[in-house]
Amino acid sequence: MAGKTLYDKLWDAHVVHTDANGTVLLYIDRHLVHEVTSPQAFGGLQLAGRQPWRRDSMVAMPDHNTPTTPGFTTIDDPVSRLQVETLDDNARRYDLRYFPIGDMRRGIVHVAGPEQGATLPGMTVVCGDSHTSTHGAFAALAFGIGTSEVEHVMATQCLIQKKSKALQVRVEGEIGAGVTAKDIVLAIIGQIGAAGGTGYAIEFAGKAIQMLSMEGRMTVCNMAIEAGARSGMIAVDETTIEYLRNRAFAPMGDLWPRAVAAWRELHSDPDAVFDRVVVLDAAAIKPQVTWGTSPEMVVAVDACIPDPACEPDPVKRSGMERALQYMGLQPSMPITDIQLDRVFIGSCTNGRIEDLRTAAAVIQGRTVAPSIKQALVVPGSGLVKRQAETEGLDRLFKQAGFEWREPGCSMCLAMNADRLLPGEHCAATSNRNFEGRQGQGGRTHLVSPAMAAAAAIAGHFVDVRTF
Amino acid sequence: MKIFNQLKGLVVPLDRANIDTDAIIPKQFLKSIKRTGFGSNLFDEWRYLDHGEPGMDCTHRPLNPNFSLNQPRYQGASILLAQENFGCGSSREHAVWALDEYGIRCVIAPGFADIFFTNSFKSGLLPVVLDVHTVNRLFREIEATTGYRLVVDLPAQTVTTPDGIVFHFEIDEFRKQCLINGWDDIGLTLRHADEIRAYEIRRREETPWLFA
Repeated sequence: MAGKTLYDKLWDAHVVHTDANGTVLLYIDRHLVHEVTSPQAFGGLQLAGRQPWRRDSMVAMPDHNTPTTPGFTTIDDPVSRLQVETLDDNARRYDLRYFPIGDMRRGIVHVAGPEQGATLPGMTVVCGDSHTSTHGAFAALAFGIGTSEVEHVMATQCLIQKKSKALQVRVEGEIGAGVTAKDIVLAIIGQIGAAGGTGYAIEFAGKAIQMLSMEGRMTVCNMAIEAGARSGMIAVDETTIEYLRNRAFAPMGDLWPRAVAAWRELHSDPDAVFDRVVVLDAAAIKPQVTWGTSPEMVVAVDACIPDPACEPDPVKRSGMERALQYMGLQPSMPITDIQLDRVFIGSCTNGRIEDLRTAAAVIQGRTVAPSIKQALVVPGSGLVKRQAETEGLDRLFKQAGFEWREPGCSMCLAMNADRLLPGEHCAATSNRNFEGRQGQGGRTHLVSPAMAAAAAIAGHFVDVRTF
Repeated sequence: MKIFNQLKGLVVPLDRANIDTDAIIPKQFLKSIKRTGFGSNLFDEWRYLDHGEPGMDCTHRPLNPNFSLNQPRYQGASILLAQENFGCGSSREHAVWALDEYGIRCVIAPGFADIFFTNSFKSGLLPVVLDVHTVNRLFREIEATTGYRLVVDLPAQTVTTPDGIVFHFEIDEFRKQCLINGWDDIGLTLRHADEIRAYEIRRREETPWLFA
């Protein structure tokens, strides 16, 4: 019998019940909660007169609607304010572990959770948020769910699931200088497509993945969903274990060695069989830039925008034509000719300390180009912000002309006041370049933090490897 | 849960791949703490020519005449036809609530994003996967025929065209039964409450750090 994949091991350990047709009740260890997708679930729970099954599995914080203006005291938008206050009320009513506005530990749920050690290897982790795949970096089975499923987990600690197929994405060799985890995952999406991972759980493997820090691994798993996979995951190794040591929610004392011994089993067996394997050569990956309105519309920074006329598939061709029209770009135009209006460094993809360090390292005494209307740096959590300030990164950014903000989702999805105006081009370290994602009519180009910082200084895209 | 059995409905075409949930219901409408009130903002940025905000009276907003949902021949549609990877992106169930409230009961496409697909069943919205050739054929037939209606039969797992051509679709048996019977998921799961408790007792012994 073939060995087990990491996904098999995580799945098998959480099966509570299996129906005749293979439908499974899957136990959920960690439930992260934010203000946007939870109010209706709490409402449903209350309406049915139910209590949370296991409130200690839940960790809650507001992130999507929160202002990022330094020293803000209130949320001006009354609709946003009510949504955050509703989470405040629900956290109080059900006595949840809660990081409210003003708590240093608060941040984007996918940054602040792992930072606290709330995500541990071997867990099932869910949240009413598609970027929950982030937590798979810890060899956890982590996936986003809708509000009905949020209520389901609250009420039963389980989800009704069918097992996905297993896809291994192996990135062999080493990435070059100036190439980051973001470029790896954008290159993967470019290769397999935005629906390439639909129906699969992805395990990222290979030397280039193993060499990434936990921050980099979270960046890669974060964007598994942009390749269509609900979950992405990476095996446990020393990097994982060292990251977790002494985190607030991590096991302590006698439990630590016991946990570590169990975690070391969390890798695919050498003879495990995947339903599909995709291999990339890390050395061939260059800094990536998206040019269209789907993350799969991506090329290397030294390339030109593809010509739809060369695309044989009619559905893809019309998608490319529509994207170019929306983006206000021409086929065959060099990526480095794209002029930018705004720059956004942050989000659950790239709002961690390592991201801010690599962006700051690019600046080197230079300043933001006068043609850039705004360059925002939004740390992923209060603790990331504090750490960056301790290292003096905030001063480097501010001296260069960047704005230094309070933590939150911010301009990644523009639910708060941070947004693009129609027609504006933005170099963004976030995860989605959909039409209107960063503001109606806004034009998003997804890049790494280093590429975003370099673009802010040049006013257009430049190859950070030679910048 | 809302029941779905058989549906005979007018079909509105949206001939695009990768229709994401940001397009289906833009983020500003996600600030609501209710499950209702999303229908008039379905596809807001494609449907209207001005910028929509929560609380606006949509009856007086300028409509985009080129958008299929606004065209007179598609008024009253209850089936939406789209291309590959429908519902990709954000997990927002608001996308399903918006489609449902607008009156869409069934979406037909060559493929759906996993989270959207799961969410649809919770509101009795049936996602039907047909191969891309069939979907392209349906697009052509809709274009050619005003008042084009399809019959979607969930128990029989078929889609029937006005000419009587029948296409079979696959669906998970459990999900099918949930829709036909209108079963409540949470109620079904709670029937296994004893098994959940037994699992927890075992896991607390094996992996106590997961219960801190």
